[in-house]
Amino acid sequence: MANTTNVDAFVEFERVQKSYDGENLVVKDLNLSMPKGEFLTMLGPSGSGKTTCLMMLAGFETATHGDIRLDGVSINNIPPHKRGIGMVFQNYALFPHMTVAENLSFPLEVRKMSRSDREAKIKRALDMVQMGDFAGRRPTQLSGGQQQRIALSRALVFEPELVLMDEPLGALDKQLRETLQFEITKLAHDLGITVVYVTHDQTEALTMSDRVAVFDDGRIQQLAPPDKLYEEPENSFVAQFIGENNTLEGIVKEIKNGVALVELDGGEIIDAKPVNVSSAGERTRVSIRPERVEYNKDRLSDDAHTLNAEVLEFVYMGDIFRTRLRVAGTDDFIIKTRNAPDVERLTPGQHIEIGWLPQDCRALDA
Amino acid sequence: MAADGTTLKSSLNRALRRQKLRALALIAPLLIFVLVTFIAPIADMLFRSVENQIVSETLPRTTAMLKDWDGDSGEIPSPETFEALYKDMFVAKERKLHTRLGSRLNYELTGVSSLFRKSGRKIEDMGEVYQDQFEDLDKFWKDSENWNALMGSADWLAAQNAWDPRSEAIQPAFEPNEQIAGILPETSATFQTFADFVQNEDEKNLAKQDPWALVYSALYNDLSAGADVSGYNGPGSAALKAAMAAVGDFETVDYPASFQEIDKDWHDIDVWQTIQTYSPDFTSGYFLNAVDMKKSPDGAEMRPENEQLYIKLFIRTLFMSLVITGSCILLGYPVGWILANLPARTANLLMILVLLPFWTSLLVRTSAWKVMLQQQGVINDTLVWLGVVADDSRLALINNQTGTIIAMTHILLPFMILPLYSVMKTIPPSYLRAAKSLGATNWTAFWRVYFPQSVPGIGAGSILVFILSIGYYITPELVGGTTGTFISNRIAYHISSSLNWGLAAALGAILLAVVLGLYWAYDRIVGIDNVKLGG
Ligand SMILES: Nc1ncnc2c1ncn2[C@@H]1O[C@H](COP(=O)(O)OP(=O)(O)O)[C@@H](O)[C@H]1O
Ligand SMILES: [Mg+2]
Repeated sequence: MANTTNVDAFVEFERVQKSYDGENLVVKDLNLSMPKGEFLTMLGPSGSGKTTCLMMLAGFETATHGDIRLDGVSINNIPPHKRGIGMVFQNYALFPHMTVAENLSFPLEVRKMSRSDREAKIKRALDMVQMGDFAGRRPTQLSGGQQQRIALSRALVFEPELVLMDEPLGALDKQLRETLQFEITKLAHDLGITVVYVTHDQTEALTMSDRVAVFDDGRIQQLAPPDKLYEEPENSFVAQFIGENNTLEGIVKEIKNGVALVELDGGEIIDAKPVNVSSAGERTRVSIRPERVEYNKDRLSDDAHTLNAEVLEFVYMGDIFRTRLRVAGTDDFIIKTRNAPDVERLTPGQHIEIGWLPQDCRALDA
Repeated sequence: MAADGTTLKSSLNRALRRQKLRALALIAPLLIFVLVTFIAPIADMLFRSVENQIVSETLPRTTAMLKDWDGDSGEIPSPETFEALYKDMFVAKERKLHTRLGSRLNYELTGVSSLFRKSGRKIEDMGEVYQDQFEDLDKFWKDSENWNALMGSADWLAAQNAWDPRSEAIQPAFEPNEQIAGILPETSATFQTFADFVQNEDEKNLAKQDPWALVYSALYNDLSAGADVSGYNGPGSAALKAAMAAVGDFETVDYPASFQEIDKDWHDIDVWQTIQTYSPDFTSGYFLNAVDMKKSPDGAEMRPENEQLYIKLFIRTLFMSLVITGSCILLGYPVGWILANLPARTANLLMILVLLPFWTSLLVRTSAWKVMLQQQGVINDTLVWLGVVADDSRLALINNQTGTIIAMTHILLPFMILPLYSVMKTIPPSYLRAAKSLGATNWTAFWRVYFPQSVPGIGAGSILVFILSIGYYITPELVGGTTGTFISNRIAYHISSSLNWGLAAALGAILLAVVLGLYWAYDRIVGIDNVKLGG
């Protein structure tokens, strides 16, 4: 994965490490390269080092090892206020003793901009987030969503090329979050800015980003566009973390014609696509998305391996049915079926046979 | 409307009333405690700053006479006024109140105290002129039993004779003989005063006490005014009638001359004007005194330059409190900042160091400063050793303003650090980061973003330190010398040494008013909502 200097890269992390206490590495060997104009999301569980990466990029933490470059220039020794990077914080960090207009004026004042320029830019930035009428208010007189809009326009008002956002929507309710997700993406594309966005919400990551970097344990586990991430997870952490996923464990028996034959711990044989396994005898975890599991025999090829399953629970969810099965010794094997006229509705206690196309079932690391 | 037909508001009020009563019951013990031990004494103290009944209570007849006297005429008061003074003074002397009044009036005019003391000693002689003449006339007048028989009612006399002085029983209270009271009004009233004093204040047997000389003077007054004794046939009627016939030839007392004989100051207009000025029950005198003014016949005027003291002291107190507050801000702000930005464990440890002084007695800390700041003290020794100051020009760090400011800044510093710390603790570090990410240098970020948000802490700390220091007493007393003392030291002096409680109360009231005024101004300028002790 190691990236050599990339001419097109706007933001680059090269072999970056970070430790706070001198003992544990919070960020281990981070390599990342972003072209200009990209919307990249860092997604990962809490404590995986996302904020630390963002802080190193913004200049509030220094990397203990490695190089961070912005537009080809190493920024390790440039203080934060000279980096010209816009930032949106989770708690908004709007200055409570200033009005909205004063908050927006602040970055322009420190840049010694003339009064008329400032006013024009503030107006434009507020209109951009539909907050033109709120210039005279104090941050405490605004709702959470409005505050976040102001924080966003403050980060954009001085026209930075790179904007960092650390869980900016984390404190908002679902509906507002979805509206703002859409608005942020649209703004980013309209303005052509480069965005590094941090979240632990996978839906947010998948819907907003050009590429998603999945973080765990101080490393990028996979860096890919959302569809690839979902459909082709490269390891079992990513498969587990993104979307709903069924996992079965076993040993590879043989790999032939791009299909791996896996013997599950209960002795059953299944087909899978070898991703992280290369030879017979390796332990593996196979991952199957619930919507790719088939129980209608007509849809499966004749030579497909199938598993016996017992229906434990059937949930009607409107557009889909969600069924929980007992398969190969696990009680939480989920399948999802589209609600269509020709689909059989299962009943608990019923015994069925399930199967899948080999390419939908990925044999990953154990 | 609620379900049962009452309005929603009234049923809500009913529901809330129980809560309010319960809350009131919970704070009641404290409330009563504070009222009894704190509010009431303060109210009493404030009342003393205007209360002035001592003059009119001690000299009732004199002050009444002085009402019509015009001091500007340059004439001393009438002989009747002097006679009234004799009577008042006599009673006051018996009740030992004259020195107290003397001290009181001495605040206004120096010399009055000794004048009153001297007059008290000699007042007895003045009345004995009449006493001697009555006693020479008839042995009857020498005997207290005879007096009692003459002045008292028959019922009381019987009760008094039946009373056993050695028993637990209470001495029967004197009752005047109605007929004598009609004939000899002044004598009867004076005897009544005498009897009350003997029975209630002195707690002696009235039968064994010879009447005051004052009673003889009163008898002379009644008789020479032409009392009609002919109709009286009770006890002592013979002696009374004989006296009536003789008083015409009695030698009389010239009261103005006699007083002048005691002390020529009694013919000084100033003394009488002072008594007249302070006759009313309430006075602004203490307050005027507290701002270096005094009452004069033409209203209030400034005291002479060399007697002015308090305004200077008030200004010094305010100024030094401001300096102390300023030093506390300068020293405390960085400490608060460090504490608020350290990891919790280290911060707690350092916090203990900040609080450590609270575990040591204030007196010990102040005394320690005495040791440190002396001319031969630790600081001077160190400076000499370092060669910063020469041995023969050691710094005067104690018994002056510098000493008070150093010691009080140290003592009050925790009161600045604590509110600063707790306010700074609530300022998220992300504000500073946001400011820097927006392009602000470290200093701009601090000055325009962090500092304004820490102002409530500065406000709270300043109010605490300023108000504490403006009323501070122990430290200035110990290290302030003469130039570094505060108004409170003066108040304490008047409370415990000069015993001029009225002036102490007036000074205290002014101090209270100044503090409230500053608080009000602070509220107008900064806003009291802008004061936070934390979260
Ligand atoms: N200032 C700090 N000092 C010490 N440890 C820190 C500090 N900030 C974060 N950490 C540690 O570094 C790890 C990664 O934290 P962070 O980057 O905030 O993760 P994320 O943003 O993904 O939740 C966590 O284990 C956290 O405890
Ligand atoms: Mg984080």
